[in-house]
Amino acid sequence: MTQQHPFLALTDSDRDEMLGMIGVGAVDELFGDLPDSVRLGRELDLEPALSEQELFAHVAALAERNADASSEVSFLGAGMYDHYVPAVVDAILQRGELLTAYTPYQPEMSQGVLQAIFEYQTAICELTGMDVSNASGYDGTSVAADAFYVAKHATGRSKIVVTEATNPQVRQVVKTYAAGFGLEVVEAPQRDGTTDPDELERVAADAAAVIFQQPNFFGCLEPAPDLVSVAADAGALPIAHVDLLSLGVLEAPGRYGAALALGEGQAAGNFPSFGGPHYGFLAARSEFIRRMPGRIVGETVDTAGERGYVLTLQTREQHIRREKATSNITTNQTLLALGGLVYLTWLGPQGLRELGETCLSLAAYAKQRLAERAGIESVFSTQTTFKEFAVRVGRNAREVVAAARERGVHPGYALGRDYEGMDDVLLVAVTERRTPEEIDRLADVLAEVCG
Amino acid sequence: MAAAESYPEELKYHEEHDWARVDGDEAVLGITWFAADLLGELVHFEPPAVGSDVTKDQSYGEVESVKAVSDVIAPLSGEVLAVNEQVVDAPETVNEDPYGNGWLIRIRLGDPGETDDLLDAAAYRQVLANQ
Amino acid sequence: MKLIYEKSQAGRRASALPRYDELPAAPEIPEDLRRNEPPRLPEVPEFELVRHFTELSTRNFGVDTGFYPLGSCTMKYNPRINERLAALPGFARLHPLQDEDGAQGALELMWRLQEILAEVTGLDAVSLQPAAGSQGELTGLLLVRAYFAARGEAEQRRKVVIPDTAHGTNPASVTMAGYELTPVRTDARGNIDVDDLRGKVDEHTAALMLTNPSTLGLFDENIEEIERIFHAAGALMYYDGANLNAVCGISRPGDMGFDIVHINLHKTFSQPHGGGGPGGGPVAVRKTLEPFLPVPAVVRREDGGFGLDFDRPQTIGKVRGFTGPFGVFVRSYAYLRMWGPRLREMSETAVLNANYVLARLKDAYDLPFDRLCMHEFVLSARTMKREHGCTALDVAKRLMDYGFHPPTIYFPLIVPEALMVEPTETEAKETLDAFCDAMLAIAREAADEPELLKEAPHHRPVKRLDEVRAAKQPVVRYAFDDALERVEAPKGA
Ligand SMILES: Cc1ncc(COP(=O)(O)O)c(C=O)c1O
Repeated sequence: MTQQHPFLALTDSDRDEMLGMIGVGAVDELFGDLPDSVRLGRELDLEPALSEQELFAHVAALAERNADASSEVSFLGAGMYDHYVPAVVDAILQRGELLTAYTPYQPEMSQGVLQAIFEYQTAICELTGMDVSNASGYDGTSVAADAFYVAKHATGRSKIVVTEATNPQVRQVVKTYAAGFGLEVVEAPQRDGTTDPDELERVAADAAAVIFQQPNFFGCLEPAPDLVSVAADAGALPIAHVDLLSLGVLEAPGRYGAALALGEGQAAGNFPSFGGPHYGFLAARSEFIRRMPGRIVGETVDTAGERGYVLTLQTREQHIRREKATSNITTNQTLLALGGLVYLTWLGPQGLRELGETCLSLAAYAKQRLAERAGIESVFSTQTTFKEFAVRVGRNAREVVAAARERGVHPGYALGRDYEGMDDVLLVAVTERRTPEEIDRLADVLAEVCG
Repeated sequence: MAAAESYPEELKYHEEHDWARVDGDEAVLGITWFAADLLGELVHFEPPAVGSDVTKDQSYGEVESVKAVSDVIAPLSGEVLAVNEQVVDAPETVNEDPYGNGWLIRIRLGDPGETDDLLDAAAYRQVLANQ
Repeated sequence: MKLIYEKSQAGRRASALPRYDELPAAPEIPEDLRRNEPPRLPEVPEFELVRHFTELSTRNFGVDTGFYPLGSCTMKYNPRINERLAALPGFARLHPLQDEDGAQGALELMWRLQEILAEVTGLDAVSLQPAAGSQGELTGLLLVRAYFAARGEAEQRRKVVIPDTAHGTNPASVTMAGYELTPVRTDARGNIDVDDLRGKVDEHTAALMLTNPSTLGLFDENIEEIERIFHAAGALMYYDGANLNAVCGISRPGDMGFDIVHINLHKTFSQPHGGGGPGGGPVAVRKTLEPFLPVPAVVRREDGGFGLDFDRPQTIGKVRGFTGPFGVFVRSYAYLRMWGPRLREMSETAVLNANYVLARLKDAYDLPFDRLCMHEFVLSARTMKREHGCTALDVAKRLMDYGFHPPTIYFPLIVPEALMVEPTETEAKETLDAFCDAMLAIAREAADEPELLKEAPHHRPVKRLDEVRAAKQPVVRYAFDDALERVEAPKGA
């Protein structure tokens, strides 16, 4: 007799009673529609079931074998950042009423999630200067593909432009989706770390959309208003891929004319978690509201006249519009977006500004220290950077990473995999979690391993 | 208030639940009471551009309620002369007055002979009865 | 209840950030790139933040709150140990671009999960990358494209066959993948209409997308014949794994003849649904399709270590960042390890629970296809609507008054007034009985006191909400200026 499994509740007598009610003799008879040829007919070849305690020991041992940001001083960024996540985020996301609910199709059961999403949409609109935000896309890559689907249908054009200084993962994902969308992807080159508006102009003709990243993948500030004008003049939708945490110090994309603003939300309230789950945010000017993918919550009133919230404009979505839907998305990243809302509420407008300034200062300090102590210079020395910058380390950057890690410091991301001619370039990210002392240590370690 | 069911005799009908009021070489188009009732209160009308062409039996726009969306099928071909802005602003006008203030577009007929293919009110009622 | 923005007071804050006063001042941001007007984020102290979101949580209902028989969504218990494991710093603070030697534990966990999913689905290779079921569908269809492109049949095979019971994501994915839809009918027993199918599958067919058991909760009795039809035409078969909870350890999609499967980790393998997500939508494929899977692949190296393989020349590319929603993998891996080979009991119990509820309810509601069900079933309130004017929506709303989350309603589309019930394996008989009693009571109320249904819910934080108004004049963000006016309005006016 096997022991009752902790995730099941039926007793033997329950089972007998239930079979009796159904009118069958055994559970097996419930599977009578399955032809023999499709039955497994043996036990699954899996390791034996573990108790919770055994499971914890096993999985904790796996976790131990990773070098995370608590076990080495990490300057890795390149799209995922080690910003501090306050305890209130964990506390709220672990509320079972929120954690274990699903899509709020039944608004009377889901006012908590619906109101939270409405508040999240408001925060994203405030940060980006847009009129409407969805909640949410999978991550900062898939929302870029979503935006191109919007642009394809809004303009009827079939070419899209991505700047080379946009996160390579975004560019790769967009190319994958473009095959299905029937879109051609063209890249606009970077020159000295940013995108030249004149060069963008040459490729933007007939494009449905132009996407650029601000700050870009190298951490440099793009001439965003100029890029937007070039795109708009070509009749293409200008799309800004932005870092939410930069938007206390950097201008909101809506204010310099972007049609859509989107990005990866991880930095704002999610742990890096080896790449997911996080949330992709996607916001737009009001004229695109009916082309937006995914969930949107709207305010309304109930039969007693009280304010309440519902999923709205659902005719855009797959469950109603099916093959003509604005996207196939249904399960999304609501919980992670909620983490974003809690985090942004925790920061507040002042905190957001201070955080941005601290990142700017620390990164400037790091640039200076690397130059002074290790003779390591920024690749794009004339550009203003936000929290990340690229340096030439004088030898293969992957080797530098390996050598520095032996000294307890992860010095950053080696760009050679993504950019030709950058085998000796490291992308160094500095968040508010890196202290000046840690930055000094980075400089010393790099002096040692690059010298 | 939604209108009561009716299918005026002076209109021509298409079996996809659309009507046409032909006047010389122009026609006014809309959806029938049945279609409006099936969808429920309309919340959106996505009209074609004035000056564009619509083709008989093909979609020229969309109407939406909260839970459904439907193509609007052109009963006749022609060039769009006007879009009913009242319906764009207040789509529920279609539910309230489907054959009057709830018209959708006015067209200049491309092929007046197409009118002969349309149903009269009795034939359209028969289509509904068979559903 | 107030919005967090309505509780905001200038000058308050919940965060205190580290200050590095000795640092040089931040570099100047060029004027045209600088932000001058701060975003109006809420300004509240920390305890106000906690109270606000705690109050919101009390206005929400999850599996932890009560029974949640939302069909097609597999709202089972989400073990708490999984949350503890996913939060371990070795996972939560691990950067996805960490060198392989610094991520061996994470890579091993992913590799092991892949092995388990391959065994459960009866297929050869797995990519964990897709973020949810629908992204798994798109990935699968892009695999189909790549497969036929490699065989020189890309132009020829343009069509994907989908039954009329399919979930909306299926046709939406077909369009996004650049394919054309071929719809196929359901027969009188709730199976795919095989005669209809035969006429529609030919050398232009790229694939079938099928959920089996279907969204009617029925296992397709003709699955062997369907498999013959598609493979004889040279087409591929895609399995929408949303309903895998019915058949784990009993029947495997690979054994049914499917070539590509997506698995919804948030359904079958217990990732909490989070008010709408996150999810995980790994795809499992036959050997012949492996070269096309997304990069990077998580592999076991010859030395026994684990790594990421980017060198797949025929890959469709990446569908999301990095290697997928890793935190979801931790939870699903943990869940699967607590079942091991006993996973079969999970599915058997899910099917038993569903059939029990069905047996108790089928006389009070219409049953469109009178068969035993799998892990879920679809009833209809059609007669109730005709005789008493109460709809599936009214039943759903009234169930709330009895303390239950409603079933999925109005899906699948082929059943009018559909009520799709999925109890899952985790529920006790007492809970199932209480739910059945409520459903039976509601059927009586519909006859005796229909207003009780039509005006329901009576005991939730809000009454029925005006969705028409929300759609007509969308208000999708807080209007700060209106708020100012509201504050200025005289009290008690
Ligand atoms: C039958 C079916 N197919 C596909 C999906 C899509 O999966 P996901 O929500 O994970 O994108 C769902 C669930 O939403 C479903 O129920």
